[in-house]
Amino acid sequence: MADKPIVGEKRAFMTGNEAVTWAALAAGAHIMYGYPITPQNEIMHYWTRMAPKYDRGFLQTEDELSAGFTCIGGVLAGKRAFTGTAGPGTILMQEPLSMAEMMRIPMVTVICQRGGPSTATVIYSQQETRLTCFGGNGEGYRLVYSTAGQQDLFDYTIKAFNVAWKYRFPTFILSDGYQSKMREPLTIYDPEERGIKMVETEPLLGGTGIPGVDRDPRHLRNTYNMEDELYQVVMDMDQEYKRIAPEVVEYKAMETEDAELVLVAHGIVSRATEGAVRVLREQGYRVGHFRPITLRPFPGEALKEAVAKARRVLVVESSMGQLAGMVKEELYDLSVPVTGYFRPGEGITAEEVVEQVRGR
Amino acid sequence: MATLPQPPMPVVWRSETKPHKFCPGCGHPLVLKALGESIEELGIQDKTVFGCDIGCSLLAWDFFNLDTVQAHHGRVTPVIVGLHRANPRLVGIAYMGDGGGYAIGSQHLVNAATRNEKIMVLLVNNTLYAMTGGQMAPTTLPKQKTETSPYGREPETTGKPTLGPEMIRAIAPDSAYVARGTVSRLPQLKRFIKKGLENVVSGKGFAFIEALSLCPTNWRTNAEETWKFLEQDMHGYFPVGELAPEKGEE
Amino acid sequence: MGQNFKLAMAGEGGQGVQSVAMILTEGAYDSGREAIYIPNFGVEQRGGVSIAFVQIGSKPIEAPKFKTADMVVALSDRAVLRTGMYVGPETVFIYDESTKATEEDLPRQAKKIIPIPAIAIAKEEFNPRVFNIIIMGAIIGLSQVLTEEQAREAIENKLGYKFEQKPELREMNFNALSRGINLVQGLL
Repeated sequence: MADKPIVGEKRAFMTGNEAVTWAALAAGAHIMYGYPITPQNEIMHYWTRMAPKYDRGFLQTEDELSAGFTCIGGVLAGKRAFTGTAGPGTILMQEPLSMAEMMRIPMVTVICQRGGPSTATVIYSQQETRLTCFGGNGEGYRLVYSTAGQQDLFDYTIKAFNVAWKYRFPTFILSDGYQSKMREPLTIYDPEERGIKMVETEPLLGGTGIPGVDRDPRHLRNTYNMEDELYQVVMDMDQEYKRIAPEVVEYKAMETEDAELVLVAHGIVSRATEGAVRVLREQGYRVGHFRPITLRPFPGEALKEAVAKARRVLVVESSMGQLAGMVKEELYDLSVPVTGYFRPGEGITAEEVVEQVRGR
Repeated sequence: MATLPQPPMPVVWRSETKPHKFCPGCGHPLVLKALGESIEELGIQDKTVFGCDIGCSLLAWDFFNLDTVQAHHGRVTPVIVGLHRANPRLVGIAYMGDGGGYAIGSQHLVNAATRNEKIMVLLVNNTLYAMTGGQMAPTTLPKQKTETSPYGREPETTGKPTLGPEMIRAIAPDSAYVARGTVSRLPQLKRFIKKGLENVVSGKGFAFIEALSLCPTNWRTNAEETWKFLEQDMHGYFPVGELAPEKGEE
Repeated sequence: MGQNFKLAMAGEGGQGVQSVAMILTEGAYDSGREAIYIPNFGVEQRGGVSIAFVQIGSKPIEAPKFKTADMVVALSDRAVLRTGMYVGPETVFIYDESTKATEEDLPRQAKKIIPIPAIAIAKEEFNPRVFNIIIMGAIIGLSQVLTEEQAREAIENKLGYKFEQKPELREMNFNALSRGINLVQGLL
């Protein structure tokens, strides 16, 4: 048995892709499946360097379809399996992810958003938000954590393996190229020493005993013959998703109690908007901030509370309104206007958010 | 009702899900019988995971007393590859049709073969897409009429039928086992399947077996014409037998 | 320093821009400051202008990139042209004298434009390879973002393994650092 990858706690100064890798190692991820695409590559680079030291597996596949489907195979074998991708890879990955959704496969996928549509840039965006939440020919029964930096990436990658295996929905870390490539400080730790117990995994196929003799065989499918059969499957899934949603949702509200304007942002952009709120408050503006940490399920009730006194909501994001669409859906029965500051494929600074607010 | 004596079913067949879901005259049950008997004889029922694809192969999703997963079209190969990579103790079988293996999933088949994955791919070739209603497949024979080649397949514009085992033999390492069998010679097909399974169980290498099969429903043939199409037309184009590695390699 | 210090540094591949960014931010982090560093990266693996975006300060850093830098350092002709967009009226712009930048090319909106002969000094007094350490000296000399002592420690942490084998490299790097600091004395 190899030693633990991390003993105790350590301060570190590293990239997001490195943080994800350390977190996956610390969480006891058994195997990664991946295909090269920028800016995800370094997760594979770090993983292939460290995995053999801790008896973990890796397979470089022929494409993202295969990375997703082999990852499903790994989960079926009962392993904490994960993959990562970006951009056009996220598109291809929707096929296996749709199967994972239907079959409640607890695979963990790290999405390192880059510019879109198409090949676009390899740099950064928040344009894979909708795809990560709702990609596939279904209803979006997925658990999606949108991270805002290296500490988040470490914490939520560990958490992703646990919620995936606890609730049995495909689980996502929604990161971006900035987080992948930038270096900043964080604390890495052994989850056990923090009192985080890793949820046990179990083989979904190929468990002990002779099927049909010692036990029933496991027959897992994603195809149904009848409309009403499928309807029941989806409705059961919907019910289960709604049941667990209150346990899963996470958000961060700041200075919203008396806010006349509430800024809403997710992921790395929320750092700029939070910074803007601090500056604007100093200047006497009654501005608050709401950051959904889980985008699926979406913290709708908390958002409604946060905007209760607001006269306007301003959604700030590096895409053309993908988050704003979710916000509007949650707030449709309120009269508060939802406006947007959208910079598709471009980073957003606190200064420009301050300017936006003051300019109005 | 008087019942005729029936040949015994392999123990690996799941009686609760019989009669099976395939059309009358379909070749799948014959291939699955050969597979079931092979698994039984090798005593690997407790560690075999069966994966089926989209297309008629998916109708086998509850066929066996085996842990089974049904995947998307062409994707059963990577699912079984991923499973076996995560738990090499398991014997993984990816079961698919010619459309799944040679068209939509060809990249997975090619790469599983070149990586010498220790899984067995069992591909049933009936020269067309059967479940979707009989469209042209990579394996459709020249001049053969299908729903998307209503005047007969023209190799000029649509290519020649894919020779799968020949392709896999050319790209897979010598330790891979490659063969083409036919449902008209079941004992031979079973022998190939068994050798394929032994190749993966021993950890020697990849196994790829194509089984030439029947689809009277989409061929729109009666019994006599069905067997004639298989044994004359298909056997004529797709040579049956084991494909040994070229000498001088390794 | 209340406000976070924003630095954009650009040069040709091999000029050591990213190494200096790494040494600066790790040095700042080790001395208890907030620091963030992100390289530019595009589809050109090689051949593009290499840019490092660095922020160091006392407050948590918000966005990893910024529109306007407090200091821009451009080390090649292409870098001068490429980095003009990060220069505002409060920006100090530093470039190497060896570039063929004309008056037209330089960002006139800058608060101050400072040419320094780092490449020439490295060649004449040290070794061309410590050119980036002279630049680092100039950066900390002008910005006070690290003390000379902190900068030495940061260099030691990064390059110590090389110094083990060739101790004379340590002295050369430290001297290059001092030379860079002295080069910009009194220029602001």
